[in-house]
Amino acid sequence: MALQSKNSYGISTTSVHGGEDHQKALDSITDPIVMASTYTFADTQSVIDYIEQKQQRGEYGRYGNPNEAVVERKLAALEGGDAAVLFSSGMSAIVGVIMSKLNSGDEVVFFDECYHRSREFCSKHMSRFGVVTRQVEACNYEAMEAAITPNTRLLVSESPTNPHLSVVDLARFAEIGKRNNVETLIDATLATPYNVKPLEYGVDYVLHSATKYLAGHNDLLAGVIIGNEEKLEDIRYLRGILGSINSAHNCYLLQRGLKTFDVRMQRHNTNGQAIADFLESHPRVSKVYYPGLKSHKYHEIAARQMKGYGALVTFELADSDWRQTADVVDKCQIPKIGPSLGGVESLIEQPLVMSYYELPEQERQSYGIRDNMIRMAIGIENTDDIIQDLKQALED
Amino acid sequence: MKFRTKAIHIGNQRCQTTGAVVPPIHLASTYVQDIPGEWGEYDYSRSGNPTRDNMETTLAALENGVDALAFSSGMAATHCVTMMLEAGDHVVAGTDIYGGTYRLLHKICNRSGISVSLTDASDPANISQAIQPNTKLIWIESPGNPLMSITDIQACASVANDANVLIGIDNTFATPALTRPLDLGIDIVMHSATKYLGGHSDALGGALVVKCPDLRERLYFIQNATGNCMSPLDSFLISRGMKTLDLRVKAQSESALAIAQYLDSDPRVKRVLYPGLPSFAGHDIAARQMVGGFGAMLSFELHGDYQLAKQVAGSTRLFQLAVSLGAVESLIEQPASMSHASYDREDRIAHGISDELIRLSVGLEDTDDLIADLDQALNT
Repeated sequence: MALQSKNSYGISTTSVHGGEDHQKALDSITDPIVMASTYTFADTQSVIDYIEQKQQRGEYGRYGNPNEAVVERKLAALEGGDAAVLFSSGMSAIVGVIMSKLNSGDEVVFFDECYHRSREFCSKHMSRFGVVTRQVEACNYEAMEAAITPNTRLLVSESPTNPHLSVVDLARFAEIGKRNNVETLIDATLATPYNVKPLEYGVDYVLHSATKYLAGHNDLLAGVIIGNEEKLEDIRYLRGILGSINSAHNCYLLQRGLKTFDVRMQRHNTNGQAIADFLESHPRVSKVYYPGLKSHKYHEIAARQMKGYGALVTFELADSDWRQTADVVDKCQIPKIGPSLGGVESLIEQPLVMSYYELPEQERQSYGIRDNMIRMAIGIENTDDIIQDLKQALED
Repeated sequence: MKFRTKAIHIGNQRCQTTGAVVPPIHLASTYVQDIPGEWGEYDYSRSGNPTRDNMETTLAALENGVDALAFSSGMAATHCVTMMLEAGDHVVAGTDIYGGTYRLLHKICNRSGISVSLTDASDPANISQAIQPNTKLIWIESPGNPLMSITDIQACASVANDANVLIGIDNTFATPALTRPLDLGIDIVMHSATKYLGGHSDALGGALVVKCPDLRERLYFIQNATGNCMSPLDSFLISRGMKTLDLRVKAQSESALAIAQYLDSDPRVKRVLYPGLPSFAGHDIAARQMVGGFGAMLSFELHGDYQLAKQVAGSTRLFQLAVSLGAVESLIEQPASMSHASYDREDRIAHGISDELIRLSVGLEDTDDLIADLDQALNT
């Protein structure tokens, strides 16, 4: 293994080489894409040796593949964790954790700005198996602690959250867990290990939708859970049973995407900040949610624990109804209209339409989803091009 | 639209059928037609493929050309250019052209009755003097390999245009992120897309970019007739690579400059060949025609012999010992024992490629890590 040791190399070196063998099969400089559904044994004794000696090798594709193994090592190295378990999507990763760690009668507490599908999975589906889901206001640590009962097993939050970009005080969050003997999980998809490493603050599990910044090119789906090897063992085991493994092709593209992680994130961070600054000074914009802005509710904690603030920017238009807001979205030339984030291409959406269209207004408002709200996932295009585009789109 | 925005959006329009933000990969070899004799946009993948077209459209936009043609390798692209020549024609090329191009001109084209004169292209007057009445093509490279020799692209283009001779350039080392030769009067830009355009050491490809539609038609006719085209999967990977081309090339160039400065001040090093060093012969021209960086290739000579250079090249950990270049992974090689080993030693040394020369392709790793790696290797 070329680069296994954690903090000894710069982030770009770890992105390029981390987790990879120094000399690879057939002396190829890149890892081959191993498309096998199954792995064969030379003879019966090899099968017996594999079982008895618990050898690390391929058995059947649902339990793992070589491309997944290398990208798991790279992700663990970037995040500063012992190990990583890769899933076919971010959702299958959170499902993997929840189903591994919670039994009937157990409880999980969420900050309420956490990804709505994650919360929905717990409240609508795990409830069928007797798992209790509690939700408290995001970043209300007293409320989170008060929601803990003797049955609580897991505290979950996103940081920053989507689309409000609230930033969790990770040390405080982890400390509540430790003091109450409850494990903690942070979905750090919007931050990435470039900007913050939650494990350093004592959080037990870091989750990513690797589809986003980690893969970075809007061309694959993946999820990952990173942490202590021992704690991940049952998650990996369950994944083998549930079958939510990623494909060798996707793993290769994810590994390839990670090679430019450092330069992409630098650009995402500078684009995010520049566009948030631009929007904040624009007369048609009444509010901007971006942790890098001094006006942001959680700027202080963000500045303390994050290296940069990412490229998701949410803003609200002054005196505009949903249709006038939609007109601005439709006038943009560079960002394409679509959900997701973290890719090289900028994307834009109106949360009201894209994710909350079918909810009653009152419920939408209770989640802080305003009619005049626009969410931009800024890519790595030229900063001025995006600003010029927004400028023309915001013209009356 | 500026460079980085073009790299991401031109040729990558959303899929009209599915809305997919990344265009689908079309692996089809053939296309089903509605009516006999009435052809749709695509008929057979040798003649045109949507995924290859996307890659070509992006590259053409980056080079400010009208169109690009994508080939299965850089050599296939160069060969397509030489297929425009006829028996009796003459080619003028720089002495520092890529070895594969040298071999093509001297061992393949000569069989068709095409003659070649090599000349030091760093002085455009040499090109002018080498032109004969039957000269049909001028071929240059900048920076050259492995000495990083700089050719004044605009001056050479002007010589060629005055003489009414077609001029092509291998722009692999500089990439359109730093140099756009069509803007400087060049007719044909050639790339080994395997290198910086793809950028991840995992696809082979070549490309030609032109600014004249008529020239595009002539080259396309040859490509279609001879069948050298980039595969759809490679086209996809190279398109994906071009989205980060600007970030990669500029970050890698910055590292290369830092490494060149480090080596230049190191007593164990005799000489550093890097266009970004003010002491380098072609620095002023490079500063004019390379915008935003001096590239990520550099060579240096050690105080020592063949054995020492061999030992140093074999002692790095991050710099991997391999030929090729232009990717996120840093590579090291000793031209005397690797890329230029087929040269006769005296001939090689006459070309300035000494025993103690080492060539680096600086990747995307952390600059300090790369310098630390070279330092430990130089101590061996």
